[in-house]
Amino acid sequence: MVRESEFYWRRLHSLLGIIPIGLFVTQHLIINHFATKGAESFNTAAHFIENLPFIYFLEWFVIYIPLMFHAFYGVYLAFTSKNNVQRYGTFRNWMFMLQRVTGVFLVIFIAWHIYETRIQKLFGAEVNYDMMAEIFQSPFMIVFYALGILAATFHLANGVWSFLVTWGLAQSPRSQKIVTYVTLGIFIILSVIGMRALFAFA
Amino acid sequence: MSEHQTAVQEQAAPAKTVLFEIQRQDTPESAPYMESFEVPYKANMNVISALMEIRRNPVNKNGEKTTPINWDMNCLEEVCGACSMVINGRPRQSCTALVDQLTQPIKLEPMRTFPVVRDLVVDREGMFDSLKKIKAWIPIDGTYDLGEGPRMPERKRQWAYELSKCMTCGVCLEACPNVNDQTNFMGPFAISQVRLFNTHPTGAQNKDERLSALMTDGGLGECGNSQNCVVACPKGIPLTTSIAAMNRATTVQMFKNFFGSDHMVD
Repeated sequence: MVRESEFYWRRLHSLLGIIPIGLFVTQHLIINHFATKGAESFNTAAHFIENLPFIYFLEWFVIYIPLMFHAFYGVYLAFTSKNNVQRYGTFRNWMFMLQRVTGVFLVIFIAWHIYETRIQKLFGAEVNYDMMAEIFQSPFMIVFYALGILAATFHLANGVWSFLVTWGLAQSPRSQKIVTYVTLGIFIILSVIGMRALFAFA
Repeated sequence: MSEHQTAVQEQAAPAKTVLFEIQRQDTPESAPYMESFEVPYKANMNVISALMEIRRNPVNKNGEKTTPINWDMNCLEEVCGACSMVINGRPRQSCTALVDQLTQPIKLEPMRTFPVVRDLVVDREGMFDSLKKIKAWIPIDGTYDLGEGPRMPERKRQWAYELSKCMTCGVCLEACPNVNDQTNFMGPFAISQVRLFNTHPTGAQNKDERLSALMTDGGLGECGNSQNCVVACPKGIPLTTSIAAMNRATTVQMFKNFFGSDHMVD
């Protein structure tokens, strides 16, 4: 049954990566960026998000459910591909492989990140500037989070490219090339935003 | 006089040979093994003429008598696709693989994305099953003479002709990371064939059937956009453009199938 409807699952996987997950990740990085203006500023922004109406509904339907589907189906896709960058060392083939490598890494990173923040909140911890500053006492965590952010921005930017191709919006070789440059721009901009926030906490 | 001199020079030079490392497999189930061969060099020889030389004198590099190598071939001018194999790590046709342009030792392997029959012979029947699945033909048979079909615009015919160069050789499947034993992906060639037959004015009468076939198990959904196929295709077919075009067509078809439409074939 899954096999027969694989086409639709793949399309859904592609769509969910952008809407809502890609939008959520962008929003998340922008909220983090308030940390560059100090603890007070970040805490105000975080509290605003925390106090959104219907927050549990939003969390489950905008984040957890789409993210879990995207993650678990993505792991299946990653492990059913047979990478061959040794044979074809082209740019696109590298992107294909890196999309899968970053995807699998992100499953591990995000699981840890949720455990360290959202699940700790269930146990009574307060998610704020101090919590992140404390996590980044460890140099290992700074590196781990830096890799996590870069993996996420790469996976999202390259995912925008493959979304546009998968849904047939970018068809000609020229349009696909232009989209490549646009997504490269997305990768750089989001990475800078993410890194600035990270080093504001650290 | 000059002819005589040339003959003397040929005798004086040490006999030039070409070294081949060939992956062999005796039965579909048995384990593959490597065997090396030294073949006397001839000007302008290709991989097939070297294989023919080994067949004439099946002695390996160690001087042991062995069985001749099995391989497929037919047209010898890169239009049939039968002689495809992995040469120095890249899938391609052995008829157009010129020894002078290859680094030695020349390594020959079967295209392992297909079931290996023996040595370099693979079974590409799966590709023909895919062509049946996507209805890669134009139905012109009726109970009466249907007459001429609609005229095809010349400029459309020109790019459609490029797609028609596909020879079902299997190189794009061998190059694709998503065609393997864990997936059912039919491969890039079949997607391009849907575009070809849907472009044809008569073929377009079954457009929705072909697109719907692409939307089933092993179809278009399994493409991961590594774009190796377009690099590997020996005929230079714009496979990734075809894939993206069919992605667009199936996006529309998906909604037509779900909501219903009076425009299934236009």
